[in-house]
Amino acid sequence: MSTTDSSDRRIDRVAGTALPLRGNNIDTDRIIPARFLKAITFDGLGEHAFEDDRQSMRNHPFANPAYARASILVVNENFGSGSSREHAPQALKRRGIDACVGESFSEIFLGNATTIGLACATAAAPDVEFLMAAAERDPETPMVLSVDAQSIQAAGRTLALDMPVGVRESLLTGQWDATGLLLDDFDAVRRVAAGLPYAAGF
Amino acid sequence: MGKTLLRKIWDLHTVRRLPTGQTQLFIGLHLIHEVTSPQAFDMLRRRGVHVAFPERTYATVDHIVPTLDQRRPFADELAEQMMAALETNCREFGIRFSDLGTDRQGIVHVIGPELGLTQPGMTIACGDSHTSTHGAFGAVAFGIGTSQVRDVLASQCLAIDPLKVRRIAVASALGPGVYAKDVILEIIARLGVRGGVGYAYEYGGPAVERMSMDERMTMCNMSIEGGARIGYVNPDETTFEYLAGRPFAPAGAAFDRARAWWRSMASDPDAAYDDVVELDGSAIEPRVTWGINPGQSVGVSERIPAPSDAGADGGAVGEALEFMDFTAGAPIAGTRVDVAFVGSCTNARLSDLREAARVVSGQRVAGHVRALVVPGSKDVRRAAEEEGLHEIFQAAGFEWRGAGCSMCLAMNPDRLHGREVCASSSNRNFKGRQGSPTGRTLLMSPAMVAAAAVAGEVTDVRGMLG
Repeated sequence: MSTTDSSDRRIDRVAGTALPLRGNNIDTDRIIPARFLKAITFDGLGEHAFEDDRQSMRNHPFANPAYARASILVVNENFGSGSSREHAPQALKRRGIDACVGESFSEIFLGNATTIGLACATAAAPDVEFLMAAAERDPETPMVLSVDAQSIQAAGRTLALDMPVGVRESLLTGQWDATGLLLDDFDAVRRVAAGLPYAAGF
Repeated sequence: MGKTLLRKIWDLHTVRRLPTGQTQLFIGLHLIHEVTSPQAFDMLRRRGVHVAFPERTYATVDHIVPTLDQRRPFADELAEQMMAALETNCREFGIRFSDLGTDRQGIVHVIGPELGLTQPGMTIACGDSHTSTHGAFGAVAFGIGTSQVRDVLASQCLAIDPLKVRRIAVASALGPGVYAKDVILEIIARLGVRGGVGYAYEYGGPAVERMSMDERMTMCNMSIEGGARIGYVNPDETTFEYLAGRPFAPAGAAFDRARAWWRSMASDPDAAYDDVVELDGSAIEPRVTWGINPGQSVGVSERIPAPSDAGADGGAVGEALEFMDFTAGAPIAGTRVDVAFVGSCTNARLSDLREAARVVSGQRVAGHVRALVVPGSKDVRRAAEEEGLHEIFQAAGFEWRGAGCSMCLAMNPDRLHGREVCASSSNRNFKGRQGSPTGRTLLMSPAMVAAAAVAGEVTDVRGMLG
């Protein structure tokens, strides 16, 4: 099986306004509470992103109409910790988020986001603060994120971003949906399987 | 320089380096359940792709299973729909399934080991973050999302970046009434909930070597709560003894050959680690969480911290205290509880139930406390009943339920209501985790949950063990 053409899935540039979400360790139970996982599709998850936090916390940015059309989510440390539910990045993506910039991400969240083409990049804490402040001051502040240049332009500045090499390459080449890539050399897969003592029954 | 177990397993399972720079890693055992797999099967259907190695995937149902009335169709239509989807998918794609009607159903991280599917030297993936549990056997096991479940079904592989290894050595022995749960809560409190990002945790040292497989699973299970996607213990005689005679473990001469290979996969004595952390097991006391992430715990003799404490993340402490409605500086002991839950993939194995039963034997659950025991699997339930543990629990006023994830994440009818405070043997105290958006969770060992159930408040179990 050959790799499907991935050129139309290349992700380099995300341009739009930003949604600032303050706080460390925002877990995936908060992004999408477990009761919304009781379904056999991802349909409709977008409207439930941060459902409980929106109800219980004053002025939650996901409840603020000024950020309704934002496509870049700006977060602090360890965003997406906890459960491996892909429903979390799916909910964000379906809510219109195409990129996340944060101080750090949980590994499983980062992997899940990448496999659905949601670009996550880290930035230094003062730069995250700058982006949050800009979006809080004026929710219409335009921002342009470049995966290739690993940077984000906002409010007259260009800030450096960082991404793991594999994540960056996956996005730039459009191979973030890895199935085709993983099937490209299936003979090699068979060879590794055949060499495993436990696969051969010892 | 020697190699770590992680490195040995990683190298053995590496198919190739992908053009993106990531590793194409072969997955030896793929476990699936009803919550994170239906969309993956649908993606396969839409693409006309079949399951590459159906014999390397095993399914069970756990998250949505009712623990009281399991008759089909379930009263909850959405749960029934998920159950039916998994049944259809397993049938259509030829995947083995511990269905509800079989005697092998249970929480995926309980049945994998108990069936002998989980073995040293394997790579193991599952659409569930607590897949790190299986590392207790000396496997490289980690949680993945649904699109990655699709990738494993289609190719038996994942595109993934390698991890560093931090060895965490626990010296000396644990005191009586102190368990693996207390050790892992201490580790997370010390290293932080994001301290393990980028690392696999290798647990070792005398206290860990002395632990049973059940206890090692508890440790590895909560690695992810410290940010480490993988946690493992090097395989040893305890591991091999546990595996002997399990349905899917090798038997006879094959077991002897397997044991020699398993032993060879352990980290070499001169292995190089990216980081080493040491702690003294004898200094650890029973721990209880007071906040909204698993790193926010104190010893049962200690006080709830204040935002102004030295070294504290003031904002996080303040947010947690506000949500919990707890007072900074108050002792954690004496905190009133409304619910006691013994269950989950962290602490619902036979030895967990035995320890909890020891505490409640001859006692009564406090009048205001709703208490339940949810065994991790049908096998655990049956074994516990053979020992009469269910009678001890029921005589004390606990409900004795069927196997499943239950009130750990409340995807079935078991949940907190309103502002209830729950003493829980589970793994997450996140806001809303146990089904009520305003419910409050105190994580602790099963013995401490049992003690809290009887006392009606958080109390030091060491005073209740003979």
